[in-house]
Amino acid sequence: MTSPSISIINGRLIDPANNIDEVTDIHISQGEILAIGDKPSGFEATKIIDASDKVVCPGLVDLSARLREPGLEYKATIASETRAAAKAGITTLICPPDTDPVTDSPAVMELIRRKAKQSGYARVLCTAAISKKLEGKELSEMAELAEAGCVGVSNAYKPLGNTLIERRALEYASTFGIKVFLKAEDRHLRNNGCIHEGIIASRLGLPGFPEAAETVAVARDIALAESTGAALHFQRLSTAKSISKINRARHDGIDLSMDVAAHQLHLTEMDADGFNTACHVDPPLRTLRDREALRQAVAKGDIQAICSDHQPHEPDAKEHPFPDSEPGISALETLLPLTLKLVQEKVMSLPDALHRLTAGPAAIAGLPYGRLNAGSSADICIFDPEAHWILNEDNLLSQGKNTPFLNWEFTGQVTHTLFEGRITYSLDKES
Amino acid sequence: MMKGNRQTNSKGQLKHFLSIDGLTRDLLLEILDNAQNFTSLATQGRSVKKVPLLRGKTITNLFFENSTRTRTTFELAAKRLSADVLNLNISTSATSKGESLLDTLHNLEAMYCDMFVVRHASSGAAHFIAKHCAPHISVINAGDGSHSHPTQAMLDMLTIRQHKGDFTPLRVAIVGDILHSRVARSQILALNTLGVSEVRVIGPRTLLPYDARSLGVHVYHDLIAGISDVDVIIMLRLQKERMSGALLPSEAEYFNLYGLTEEKLQHAKDDVIVMHPGPINRGVEMDSAVADGKHSVILEQVSNGIAVRMAIMSMCLGAQQDIDMEVSA
Amino acid sequence: MKPTEFMQEKAIVDLIDGMATELKNRLQQSGIIDPVMIGIHTGGVWVAKQLHQTLEISEELGTLNISFYRDDFSRIGLNPQVEPSIIPFEVENRHIILVDDVLQTGRTIRAAMNEIFDFGRPASIILATLIEKDGRELPIVADVVGMKPTLKEGDYISLTGPSPLTLVMGKPS
Repeated sequence: MTSPSISIINGRLIDPANNIDEVTDIHISQGEILAIGDKPSGFEATKIIDASDKVVCPGLVDLSARLREPGLEYKATIASETRAAAKAGITTLICPPDTDPVTDSPAVMELIRRKAKQSGYARVLCTAAISKKLEGKELSEMAELAEAGCVGVSNAYKPLGNTLIERRALEYASTFGIKVFLKAEDRHLRNNGCIHEGIIASRLGLPGFPEAAETVAVARDIALAESTGAALHFQRLSTAKSISKINRARHDGIDLSMDVAAHQLHLTEMDADGFNTACHVDPPLRTLRDREALRQAVAKGDIQAICSDHQPHEPDAKEHPFPDSEPGISALETLLPLTLKLVQEKVMSLPDALHRLTAGPAAIAGLPYGRLNAGSSADICIFDPEAHWILNEDNLLSQGKNTPFLNWEFTGQVTHTLFEGRITYSLDKES
Repeated sequence: MMKGNRQTNSKGQLKHFLSIDGLTRDLLLEILDNAQNFTSLATQGRSVKKVPLLRGKTITNLFFENSTRTRTTFELAAKRLSADVLNLNISTSATSKGESLLDTLHNLEAMYCDMFVVRHASSGAAHFIAKHCAPHISVINAGDGSHSHPTQAMLDMLTIRQHKGDFTPLRVAIVGDILHSRVARSQILALNTLGVSEVRVIGPRTLLPYDARSLGVHVYHDLIAGISDVDVIIMLRLQKERMSGALLPSEAEYFNLYGLTEEKLQHAKDDVIVMHPGPINRGVEMDSAVADGKHSVILEQVSNGIAVRMAIMSMCLGAQQDIDMEVSA
Repeated sequence: MKPTEFMQEKAIVDLIDGMATELKNRLQQSGIIDPVMIGIHTGGVWVAKQLHQTLEISEELGTLNISFYRDDFSRIGLNPQVEPSIIPFEVENRHIILVDDVLQTGRTIRAAMNEIFDFGRPASIILATLIEKDGRELPIVADVVGMKPTLKEGDYISLTGPSPLTLVMGKPS
């Protein structure tokens, strides 16, 4: 089936990768971007999308979205989640390796890629496991995994056995130029903490996850990155102190990057008060001071990417006393809205915000996506920046309904999403 | 029903008893007054120490954490009210074998009981159960993780009131492992709600919660300074795990620094009362001279425990008819 | 409608004196020489205090708080303000004069007797009430009555005190 030829006209085109922010047209043919501006001679669009008063930007690139397949289909599937991603304007998803079986072989990677292609809503890439079965003891066949197309390696949210193993894993990965994605956490200091070690933990008598559990690990990981020369990406930072440590290290020339989950830019430990399991997340929501530091780092570009950290769950996972509930938010459909909220709250400009969802994550993952060059894959997100809507269980497409943002009012709503030149989502066609 | 505080019904009457948090001073005083009335039951020359208040009601003890002491007190309280009692000891390993807490709950509801008394290792468990159980059932928290043990706090308040009368001028010191103590958290809330002059916590930094002052207390690391001029000293029990968890070096050092002796008691007020939720570790939290001495009110706490639980159970089950208040006079 | 004063203290004291005389005769007729007395909180205790003194009963006056024995607990809940029951003598085998202020449905007396039996097994119970009203819902009979006033249906009457003792009556609001 040939992709239609499409022209998207009159939209405000924002492409941070190429520094474009102007009202102009974009023309698509055979799944690729043909031209920006005037339509090329001889080009006839079979479909025209009028994007007047709308923003046209690259399809969003999400650095971390758990699709739960293979192995955890009772929580969600690649089909259900990529469909939700399309509605959310996300066209490239990077899936962490904690599937079942673990993504530590090209076979599992291939399974995921194929399932995504079958559904056809979005591109799914993988970070593969850095250790066999994610056990943190033995190295995985990283070279082979890189050959098979993983964007990097990580140990998901599990700890590596010890610093020696971490050092060797970084050295091995760097041999082949593979980027390592790490969640900085000292599990002994964490001591089963499920909520930030602060005033809410003290009052509710919940085991606290101290700030030091992240900052000690960040310091350790920075030192190892420096001595091994590995390219390191810090996933889901949550503390102000981690940001300042990493900034200083980057200033000293160490190759480090950072991302933050969208919810960390809005919620704090106070939102988990009352044993609210919807706010049970890992890393935990921290203080107002941490949230401000994260926002500033995102605004300045020290943090180059905002990701969803999408973790859909079956209802039972959250129906437990707080410490026994599973952490995680079903977050695909709030990635763009929460980022736009930062613009509305004057934390940063719209082009900068969109950079953190497109060019920023693409650069971290070394991907040729998140941009609108001629010849690029036609992955496009069109949204109405003035549209008001309320998130509820009915309009949440993901199989996981576990989000504390239910009944939140948002301004800014995706009207169309195109993936490889095909319209994968259209607001007015939604039943 | 008001969404704000799930423990009381729309008329402000107690329906669940989960935490001191959110309860008014008047309600706490009402509990104390009712409990005081129930204390007379045990002391009189009655041949029948029961009253028929909760006859026909079934109270289920749901203990996910073992505790013979607390369970027997609740059982005795329920029986003295003529209620039927069901004891279910569900070790957490049973639930980890597959049956979730919710499933356990729904299975029990099929047995038509009126009240759950719950003890669980996870903070927030009692709130969770109250949120999910059938609307006619009352839930009483017998201790959840490190969060709350409200009936213990109330019996402590009753004991204090019996000896001191007015709460307002009192200085109260709580000594020991506040970090892990649900009893301490509930006591601090109760004392502050009842309007005492000052609450102090005393212990080494390893046994105090993050920013303890945010709980509404003054923090002391020195026992003598902390108990100077206080009217009430509450000693918390020290668990053996604290030594193996690298929180404390030894019981001997703890006793040297924070253990109560007659000599150290001189620094408190002359009529200071010494309390302990029990069971006491003699020679660790206090020496025998103090435990058995004239300042100790520990045995009264035990008997007050039954009266307080009788009061709370009666109040919760007495407000049941709120759902259909067609009162025919 | 505001409750109206029905009888003042002097008249009430006279009424209670009359009850004491009647009780004395009854006890003599039955051959009871050493009765004990129990008053029901709150009004019954006020009446009992005077009777107790006049009859020169040797044991201390017992007082009963029947709130734990009421049959309408699930509707009205606990009332923490009432004094607890205090029975400072052995109930077993004693002749008890049970005193209340107003007898109407009989439910208070039923509760009081249940509570007395939880203390022991009395030899007999003689019921003395200051006011008797129509409206019995249980088979309870007073042995000694101070007064049975004629009231309109729905009117209530109650004893206020302890000083001055006053009987008031009115319509429920």
